[in-house]
Amino acid sequence: MSTFNSADIAAFNGGVWVFCEQRQGTMMPTSFELISEGRKLADELGTKLYGILLGHNIEGIAKELGGYGADGVYVCDHPLLENYTTDGYTKVICDTVMEYKPEVMLIGATNIGRDLGPRCAARLHTGLCADCTHLDIDVPKYKQFLRESSTLAPAMIDGIPEEDRNLKMTRPAFGGHLMATIICPRFRPAMATVRPGVMKKAEFDQAKADACELIKPTIALTENDMETQVVEVVKAAKKLVDLIGADVVVSVGRGISKDVQGGIKLAEELAAELGGVVGGSRATIDSGWLSADHQVGQTGKTVHPKIYVALGISGAIQHKAGMQDSECIIAVNKSETAPIFEIADYGICGDLFKVTPMLIEAIKAAKAAK
Amino acid sequence: MKIIVCVKQVPDTSGKVAVNPDGTLNRASMATITNPDDLNAVEAALTLKEQTGAEVVVVSMGPPPAEGMLREVIARGADRAVLVSAREFGGSDTYATSQILAAAINKIGVGEEDIVMCGRQAIDGDTAQVGPQIAEKLGLPQVSYAAEITKEGRTLTIKRMLEDGYMTIKVNTPCLITCIKELNAPRYMSVGGIFECYEKPYEVFDYNTLKDDPLIDSTTIGLKGSPTNIFKSFTPPQKGAGMMLEGADKDTCDKLAGILAAKHLI
Repeated sequence: MSTFNSADIAAFNGGVWVFCEQRQGTMMPTSFELISEGRKLADELGTKLYGILLGHNIEGIAKELGGYGADGVYVCDHPLLENYTTDGYTKVICDTVMEYKPEVMLIGATNIGRDLGPRCAARLHTGLCADCTHLDIDVPKYKQFLRESSTLAPAMIDGIPEEDRNLKMTRPAFGGHLMATIICPRFRPAMATVRPGVMKKAEFDQAKADACELIKPTIALTENDMETQVVEVVKAAKKLVDLIGADVVVSVGRGISKDVQGGIKLAEELAAELGGVVGGSRATIDSGWLSADHQVGQTGKTVHPKIYVALGISGAIQHKAGMQDSECIIAVNKSETAPIFEIADYGICGDLFKVTPMLIEAIKAAKAAK
Repeated sequence: MKIIVCVKQVPDTSGKVAVNPDGTLNRASMATITNPDDLNAVEAALTLKEQTGAEVVVVSMGPPPAEGMLREVIARGADRAVLVSAREFGGSDTYATSQILAAAINKIGVGEEDIVMCGRQAIDGDTAQVGPQIAEKLGLPQVSYAAEITKEGRTLTIKRMLEDGYMTIKVNTPCLITCIKELNAPRYMSVGGIFECYEKPYEVFDYNTLKDDPLIDSTTIGLKGSPTNIFKSFTPPQKGAGMMLEGADKDTCDKLAGILAAKHLI
């Protein structure tokens, strides 16, 4: 594919596409989130929304995507697509994109999506914005977003021209110190990888799932295209913590250093009382106190639970980037100048080893009194 | 055998970050470091060098002061360094950057037994895009998120991390690998290395060095050749500080639990 696809961006009128990642026949949750978000973008563009699903014997899981808003799904079923490979997936996606010409393509920013997205964008000669946290087509909506989520002067926001069909892809940069909105004006599809857990999943609609159209593109893939060979796929033996799906996250930070096991145990007890799970700041993962699946923040997971409790976390901007949209943030820290208090709804300045047990008892009592 | 390692000098975003009034980063006021994941790529290359006697060539795109970082990587054990630097390359997004670095790597030369290594992502942009995009531009197979690498002949066996486990992947040289911190613990500069780092070969590739490569075209490099543009950049507002509760005793905790109950959060 040596020719640039920029010659005629108007030809890319094949709708909004979402790469729907599945692993071992199970759809990744981010696929439903992105279909739900893609529906809004397709409506703003006045176009259709399609999923593109790759794998082997995966047709059975395609229609569910319709229940979250997909008009149709391109089902690419082939024995060589059974496991994810960069080579196989890139070839099939790029061939299908060049045949059906979508205007926008969204990919979940998982370890696989972040491998696949850049390779496809490089082959298609188009722009890709990584790890987006907000997407817009409609300019008035984008302006409203800026009014709520930026410190830009109102005049600067009002001055943005309203005639614009570009996908506006907003992402954190420099560890969350800056936000940037990126556009891809000269090439199509405009591509974005989107952080898992950021976009909200729509209500499932069975009638829409039943009506979802399945399309089977021609697949020209042979052994010769495969330069990497998957020897085995191993699931982690330990059950991983589901931070993104949790309603309550109780996270610990460097503040537990004087008694790591004791601190984690208190967090577990508080989490159990609130019906949640335990997370951690980068320091706790780097120190080996918690495994990487617990990490909240810019390089970990983005969460927005109903309750987020930060125990002994100072609140570096990288951490805040992963949790500041939580509904209710409770922070316990010894230092009253800890940055976490700048975003906490409720702050207690004190020793987490003393405060947490009392908080557990108080919550037990409050629940019993209800 | 040769291992080409791509490294980037980045502002240290783990400390205090200064932002200009116009919403851009005040780079001048910030310390620079070698991107952390890139040091894992350097270490992986040096480990393979010890096993195979491979030559380790380190390459970076950036302004002239990045020479200091490249000398440091030589002091860790690399054999030579290349800085890719030209006004024409400025303003490149990940696509354009990968075009330029791929051209530089072509100039260094990728043979049948050679490996290109990158860090997974740089802490200034966190995109993780340049490694895979270089691989595409060079027509090399890629394996990203490498946590273990073993080599037998021309075949590499790589443990590639997923969020919920890992894959074991076999790939032959030449190939490109992106490395994560679980792969190894980067070594420090050695005293001997520091003494020698100004003796070892150091080259600068400018626009003229690379301009004959078909990848280098005014429509595909620099600000004008970048498919993506910055539409707006801004600082997020601080979420309004909430309520600091008085004290840190049983009454404080009871009060908080009462608020949570009143708000139906528990």
